Amino acid sequence: MNLHGVLAIYRFEMARMKRTLLQSVVAPVLTTSLYFIVFGAAIGSRIQQVDGVSYGAFIVPGLIMLNLLTQSISNASFGIYFPKFVGTIYEMLSAPVSMLEVVLGYVGAAATKSLILGLIILATASFFVDLQIAHPLVMLAFLVLTTLSFSMMGFAIGIWADNFEKLSLVPMLLVTPLIFLGGSFYSIDMLPPVWQTISLFNPVLYLVSGFRWSFYEIADVNVGVSLISICGFLLLCYSIIWFIFKTGYKLRS
Amino acid sequence: MSSAENPILIVESLNKVYQGGFEALKDINLSIRRGEIFALLGPNGAGKTTLISIICGIVKPSSGKVRVDGYDIIDDFRKTRSLIGLVPQELTTDSFETVWNTVAFSRGLFGKAPAPDHIERVLKSLSLWDKKDSMVMTLSGGMKRRLLIAKALSHEPNVLFLDEPTAGVDVSLRKDMWKIVQELKAAGVTIILTTHYIEEAEEIADRVGVINQGELVLVEEKQQLMQKLGKRQLTLLLTEPLNRIPEVLGGYDLELIEDNRQLRYTFDSAAQRTGITALLEDLKTAGVSFSDLQTSQSSLEDIFVDLISQPVRS
Repeated sequence: MNLHGVLAIYRFEMARMKRTLLQSVVAPVLTTSLYFIVFGAAIGSRIQQVDGVSYGAFIVPGLIMLNLLTQSISNASFGIYFPKFVGTIYEMLSAPVSMLEVVLGYVGAAATKSLILGLIILATASFFVDLQIAHPLVMLAFLVLTTLSFSMMGFAIGIWADNFEKLSLVPMLLVTPLIFLGGSFYSIDMLPPVWQTISLFNPVLYLVSGFRWSFYEIADVNVGVSLISICGFLLLCYSIIWFIFKTGYKLRS
Repeated sequence: MSSAENPILIVESLNKVYQGGFEALKDINLSIRRGEIFALLGPNGAGKTTLISIICGIVKPSSGKVRVDGYDIIDDFRKTRSLIGLVPQELTTDSFETVWNTVAFSRGLFGKAPAPDHIERVLKSLSLWDKKDSMVMTLSGGMKRRLLIAKALSHEPNVLFLDEPTAGVDVSLRKDMWKIVQELKAAGVTIILTTHYIEEAEEIADRVGVINQGELVLVEEKQQLMQKLGKRQLTLLLTEPLNRIPEVLGGYDLELIEDNRQLRYTFDSAAQRTGITALLEDLKTAGVSFSDLQTSQSSLEDIFVDLISQPVRS
């Protein structure tokens, strides 16, 4: 195991976060605060409670997930795409590091950044609403599994993308709609029956639902199913990355 | 055991066919001695970068074997890659990092524990010490080139690949680079450089390989190559211009140049008899007089042009 290699990549990526603190941390926190103002204050005044939880508090898990998913993908995809774009990827490819070590370095750093951000948003939310976390360990498990799996997804997107447009294509056209339609700001019980059924095909619903359960013990789907779903997604993302390294797809000609 | 008997790098029957069918390398066999400077010459697109990219692990071979210090580049990739340092042709650097951090990153990436003393030594030897805290983006082109060498040396490699190290750099920097290469050789590092600057190979290489259209045309000691393939020329400054070469001199490889004011005789430097004495006698007989003479030897560039202009075997 090239532990020095893993740490080198990890530290390098974390240093990038420090350099881009405004973009990495301040911007998502500001956006989240705006969500609280718009959704919490404006809509929350019309929807008093959802399943016994105030609307402002109800949307906190969804807001955290929104940021976790987008930031995990963005951090990891940019982390691996940038060396490809400027050409410094040659060093990674010629170094004595295995696929697992490269993934540990890049995905580990991207997940750490997102995790830190998730906790900052949680702290920010506590200024706006009264929060309770019924199952902190389950909450932490969802945070870690989500950041890891979506960072892996971002890593795969970063390797697949060969221009900046492609880099933002999947997050913009696929992930963001899935998040908004995945019960981040509502319970699917509030939807007509047809849309409730359709929502069950949205994988993000399971994440948000499980994560919300860890806060308030309310969920759209069973928490066990949510955990199995995120573990399955983690395995799927790892398999895609394994395939990429095995075949050298878009990395080694 | 001599360095020739115990080579540090062995390439056997190496082939590379890219997607689309382009044959970049065709049955390459090459052995690199420990501690030598080997110059791989070839025109653009000859396969130089593909060859070193395969050895370094960046490009996958289609077939064939490569061993570095006895280790296979596929099966023992950790070992071989830790033995190799690569300086790429392009100035690809992490613009937003400091010089120190980017070199320290390279050392860690190659599996070595932090060693500030070693990095300090490398930066000082490459005249980058006073720039250690500068952002890479603020460095000049020459400094970036030296930084890439520093990154490649950060993990103390035994073999250093320099891909076109002086491409696009000025004469002064080129000479600095040659000095650095000689110092690395003195420190025991085996250096393989690709170049299309012939004078570079002529100046610093111990051996020369010529690659053309994916085939290794020859590998030879530089001096022997120049002796074997080099032509010498004798140029006579004629007292009076000649209209044509006298028939009595028809047996010599002569040509009139410089408005027929000079007569150039080309001969084989390796031959036992150069024919100069006989030529001078025959010139006297033919009544051709000259005021001065000079000899010259063809450069590696002439040899290289000769080699690559020959058709590659099918």
